[in-house]
Amino acid sequence: MQELIIEPGRCEKNYWHDLWRYRELFYFLAWRDILVRYKQTVVGVAWAVIQPFITTVVFTIVFSRIAKLPHPVGVPYSLLVMAAQLPWQFFSHSLSESSNSLIGNANLISKVYFPRLIVPAGSVITSFVDFLITLGLMAVMMAWYQFAPDWRVLTLPLFVALAFGAAFGMGLWLCALNVEYRDFRYVIPFIVQLGLYISPVGFSSAIVPEKWRLLYLLNPMVGVIDGFRWALLRGQSPIWWPAILTCILLTSGLCLSGIWYFRKMEQAFADVI
Amino acid sequence: MSDVDIRAENLGKKYRIRHQQQAQGYVALRDVIARRFTAPIRWVRDRSQMSGNGSQSPSLLPPISTRASREDFWALKSVFFEVKRGQVVGIIGRNGAGKSTLLKILSRITEPTEGRVRLNGRVSSLLEVGTGFHPELTGRENIFLNGAILGMTRAEIKKKFDEIVAFAEIEKFLDTPVKRYSSGMYVRLAFAVAAHLEPEILIVDEVLAVGDAEFQKKCLGKMQDVSRGGRTVLFVSHNMGVVNTLTQRCIYLENGQIAAVGNSRDIVEMYLTKSINIRGERANELEFFRRNRRNDTPVRITGLLVNGHGPDSTGLPWVEMGAAFTIEMKLDVVKALQGAMLDMMLKRSHGERVTVLFSGDQGCALFLDPGRHSVTVRVGNLPLAPGNYFVDVGVNQSEQTIAYDVILDFPLFSIVNNGQVTRWLDRPWGVLHSATVEWDTSR
Repeated sequence: MQELIIEPGRCEKNYWHDLWRYRELFYFLAWRDILVRYKQTVVGVAWAVIQPFITTVVFTIVFSRIAKLPHPVGVPYSLLVMAAQLPWQFFSHSLSESSNSLIGNANLISKVYFPRLIVPAGSVITSFVDFLITLGLMAVMMAWYQFAPDWRVLTLPLFVALAFGAAFGMGLWLCALNVEYRDFRYVIPFIVQLGLYISPVGFSSAIVPEKWRLLYLLNPMVGVIDGFRWALLRGQSPIWWPAILTCILLTSGLCLSGIWYFRKMEQAFADVI
Repeated sequence: MSDVDIRAENLGKKYRIRHQQQAQGYVALRDVIARRFTAPIRWVRDRSQMSGNGSQSPSLLPPISTRASREDFWALKSVFFEVKRGQVVGIIGRNGAGKSTLLKILSRITEPTEGRVRLNGRVSSLLEVGTGFHPELTGRENIFLNGAILGMTRAEIKKKFDEIVAFAEIEKFLDTPVKRYSSGMYVRLAFAVAAHLEPEILIVDEVLAVGDAEFQKKCLGKMQDVSRGGRTVLFVSHNMGVVNTLTQRCIYLENGQIAAVGNSRDIVEMYLTKSINIRGERANELEFFRRNRRNDTPVRITGLLVNGHGPDSTGLPWVEMGAAFTIEMKLDVVKALQGAMLDMMLKRSHGERVTVLFSGDQGCALFLDPGRHSVTVRVGNLPLAPGNYFVDVGVNQSEQTIAYDVILDFPLFSIVNNGQVTRWLDRPWGVLHSATVEWDTSR
């Protein structure tokens, strides 16, 4: 016979255990979001391909043809952009989805108990599915340019994990803040938009002047994007290991603090949402 | 100890309510930032006031706050109770008495501020039917989703799937998105999933007040099965008749505290009797008894009157035993009614039903234009025994639809023995007292 005790602060103790017990709900919520995502759209999942593809075309034209930004030799500019699009789109989608996830599921939160952490986590997973589809597009484009990756591609999971961590940590902060301060509804699109300019999506990190490097590295996506390029493009795009290290530290810090803040606010969600 | 399934000790929940500005319920960031910045100023001011009145006790000082609008509010306070294994216990009380807060604590949606609850066994709570239903998903997909939300495992849902579909009677629409369902189908499906939960402890909010009459009967039957199945059930409802049929014990909450605990019959009577006072005191009395679940309702009941004599000591109008009486319903029609029906359930003070007056029986259907109307029903031949009488009133399109508006347990009138019966006045009155009986002796 299982016994349950409810008292102030009790929820804290069984938290991780509960999270495991509710794994099936986690699965169902993610499954729901994936199913619903492209319902009643004509081209459906193709949207996950069309968006990054068009962005890549536009960026290639603007940054390579018009602005004539330098890029490593032997790599088509569009592959350079696409390799950066992958983690960036994943990051920006997860951020917008997870920050709205709690409010979007307000009726669930005020009517049923479950560890709330699975809601933002579920939306990161949903964006991850899109990411996998876009990865397929990347493979097609690489085949088109007859550009085969080398052993470095085996390190890709590390950078995927970093992207995941950055998206999840940031998402936790934003969705918890969003429950109480709806201001963040307006802040998030802004972050996503601005982030595109301070991340090396349309350009290569090499063109960033030395004296701005340190500031530039505070953006956790810099390390992730550079890593993606390095891993996918045979190391043609140089990687700066201190940048990766900073990124790992930043991401873990973001994740841990995100979980801490989320847990701190979690109890009040049902009362304020 | 081991036969106690739920034990609550000194349970309390405090909310902080804000009176001004925050109509939205959440905080804007600027307020928080402003507060942070003014904190040192407030601190200095507090200090100076403290030192200025150094000799006085601090408690005499008026509270200093730039936002005097904050106030602590105990939605629940010092609540103790026990529920034994297999008992079905009702929780009743007016709106705002703390029922929902208690349910939310028991189902772990919110934490109590103080006290503790010990629950023995797997708990499922049903605060709403169809929680998490997604309009874009099909019936089949929603069964799985909703089942998981209510705490069933995938294997359990698979096992019960056919049963759920059969119960909801939606076989044909299993692969249609639920946004295309009629409201009745939607509710049926939602309840069907919930009804197939098999926890040891079940916590239910008044989810039975949904669906058409036929389906409500089915739900009630299912609930009765559940309560006979040896499960521990906590049941919150406004419907005294249902509370009385389903539960043996009742907890009566008032202002966040337990007003009474005991045998359901007695507690329901107490609740209904108290509602008579409310009827007398409140100006917008009907709002207290309204249980409308629709927000697009085309008609609202705005008054219930009896052509009786002036209010008695309890504030109820009274009618003499055996006399004919007329009940008048005032309706505020928003959207034209096309043949709606009225039904009225007359109840005694324990919540037991006396009779149903259904406008359809007399072929009376309402075709009313927007505006204020009144409908009267004259009851000529209903020999009620002395006592207080309550009514549930519903306006429906037909027996198969969800009511447009519902009033529950409204204290309508009392029947008074005003010299009609002169002997053996303290007899155990039944529900009826007929004057047209003939006695005869023979040998």
